[in-house]
Amino acid sequence: MVKTFYLTKKQTTLLEKLSQAMGISGNEGEVRSVILEEIRPYISDHQVDALGNLLVTRQGSANNRLKVMVAAHMDEVGFMIAADDGEGIFRFESVGGIDVRQLPGKSVLVGKDHLPGVIGARPIHLTTASERQNKIPLEKLRIDVGPGKNPIKPGDQAVFNTNFRRVGPSLIGKALDDRLGVAVLIELIKDAPENIDLQAAFTVQEEIGSRGARVAAFSFKPDLAFVVDSTPANDLPSWDDAENVTYNTHLGEGPAIYVADGATLSDPRLIRLLKQTAEKESIPFQLRQPGGGGTDAGTIHKQAGGIPSVSVSIPGRYSHTAAGVARVSDYVNTVALLKATLRSIQPEFLAQERK
Amino acid sequence: MVEIIPLLKQLLSASGVAGYETPVADILQNVWKPLVDEISVSKVGSLHGLKRGNSSEPRPSLMLATHMDAIGLIVKGIHKGFVRFTDVGGVDPRVLPGQQVWLHGSGPAADPGNPLPGLVVKPSAPLLPEELGDQVIPIENLFIDIGLAPGQVAKFIQVGDIVSFAQEPMEMNGETVAGHSIDNRAAVIALTMCLQEIQTRSHSWDIWATATVKEEQGYIGAYTSAFQLRPSLAVVIDTTWAKGPGSDDWNTFPVGKGPTLMWGPNIHPNLHKSIKELAEKLEIPHAIEITGQSTGTDAFATQIVAEGIPSMAIGIPIRYMHTPVEVVSLKDIQRTGRLLAEFIQTLTTDFMSKISLGS
Repeated sequence: MVKTFYLTKKQTTLLEKLSQAMGISGNEGEVRSVILEEIRPYISDHQVDALGNLLVTRQGSANNRLKVMVAAHMDEVGFMIAADDGEGIFRFESVGGIDVRQLPGKSVLVGKDHLPGVIGARPIHLTTASERQNKIPLEKLRIDVGPGKNPIKPGDQAVFNTNFRRVGPSLIGKALDDRLGVAVLIELIKDAPENIDLQAAFTVQEEIGSRGARVAAFSFKPDLAFVVDSTPANDLPSWDDAENVTYNTHLGEGPAIYVADGATLSDPRLIRLLKQTAEKESIPFQLRQPGGGGTDAGTIHKQAGGIPSVSVSIPGRYSHTAAGVARVSDYVNTVALLKATLRSIQPEFLAQERK
Repeated sequence: MVEIIPLLKQLLSASGVAGYETPVADILQNVWKPLVDEISVSKVGSLHGLKRGNSSEPRPSLMLATHMDAIGLIVKGIHKGFVRFTDVGGVDPRVLPGQQVWLHGSGPAADPGNPLPGLVVKPSAPLLPEELGDQVIPIENLFIDIGLAPGQVAKFIQVGDIVSFAQEPMEMNGETVAGHSIDNRAAVIALTMCLQEIQTRSHSWDIWATATVKEEQGYIGAYTSAFQLRPSLAVVIDTTWAKGPGSDDWNTFPVGKGPTLMWGPNIHPNLHKSIKELAEKLEIPHAIEITGQSTGTDAFATQIVAEGIPSMAIGIPIRYMHTPVEVVSLKDIQRTGRLLAEFIQTLTTDFMSKISLGS
């Protein structure tokens, strides 16, 4: 019997709004507005700090509460208009890590009015076979919004123009990294536990070095932190059918718990807590393959005098491209695992051995 | 009254990959029906609309040919839940990773009216042949992910199923439209504008408005329709390469500065001359496009059908041809439609003798 995972209409609409919102690193205001609109009925106040992080605390009612930070980044990879070549043609830079091979032939949205534009390519008829073996470098690509007057200026942001879709067990859309994590945080805020003080940080500038999380952690000074991100599922078949030993995570196998990535060795007590909670609640989980990459935990865990941290990610295929694929079940199970884990945190939690 | 932008958007939202033009033919049949006296579909699927002239029979006839098929992709196999594919009609694999597509599945569980959304994807480097490194990934190493569990995919998708681009048409800045299949739906619209224009004007020749099939795979519709209709003249309207980022070649033309009048061995010199002189007289901006060997349009076919048909080709410049984000100027479509309508007015019963190459 295969369990089917559902999202309510409201949940799907929120995910769609978050995915479609435009928010490259340093310009996350639109995402922040979507979040605030959604959580306002559940919070008494909030703070937008100097970098644009949205900080929200929901205090519990129990005695001796630990301060538990949860963080998810609002920003996405995208583009910044760099120079006006005239006639609606603009040179651009990428913001965050984007493979240049993902750019030709895509449509984009530019500036706060979301003006449509395209990144074209030379017609195939005018190319030679050897030319088609070479990738088109960024300096040869342009964003084209068509001739005529336009308000676009260097410095304006642009993102891929991608429709959000629900397909069978999957979600397809742009910026699932990390708007899925943002949606998880929203669900945690709406159903905050009484045993802790929940400190939620919707962070900025993760894609360019987790800069928002660093200052958010300083402001909160939490006792411990959970980072909710999206991690690549490189679970495709290998071209020669060799075993895929670098899958990182698999779609559909549950939230991915981090033991180690390029920026953080997770706190063993928190890894243990997540695993035990998942087992107790019969929530599927997987361990992300240790390796490179990083999350906001990279700057949080070494902030101030040190903050015990762990990351939990929703696996996603094709991160940092026009459209990614994630499973509804992984999203639902991530929400379930984090809710259950937060509820199980006792004041003496940090007194246990680190082994 | 046919409005140009809504019709263009409707045609650009329809699939119509070469060999599977029915979705676009159905739309067009409805649009043309009130504009012509007779409408029919050829044995291979091309659409023929006849607008009768008012001279005595037997009347000479003009075939206006626009191909309605488009480039796309086709399924080659399913591997562990991922779809392998190749291209139909010439697609640079460099524009494919990250492209959203529709899969027109024919598997037992597929609903023919509801194509499945999919995504062209590039596996990560460790899953690809090492020598590819960070270079261009050939089409045979790309997949389409349709978001279903691996075991479900074969229920919907089979080898040979057609895949069309899902890029929605976008109006840009009020002057241009971007989308897939602008090659050659832009010309189909220009022809429709021409039909509309001649509704209130009399003409002595019969006019065959044709939307041909399988141009991208060898001008199949043009050969067969020209043979069936046996027109006195054929004027082909297709798209041509526009100047733009990455293509500033001598044989590219500015967007928004009018259509091109092609010149070369596929083209009847006197027919070219009469259309060129008309454009000059009407002050319709245009450029002369030199096509040294083949025009690469349906005129390559119409010229050598049966006893030979004097042919001409007109090009609407579009940027980024054969990508899902082609860009066309609305003005260029309108100008092309007007030039065709005005040309029809010049067709007198002795026109054929006027353009004769000699006796």
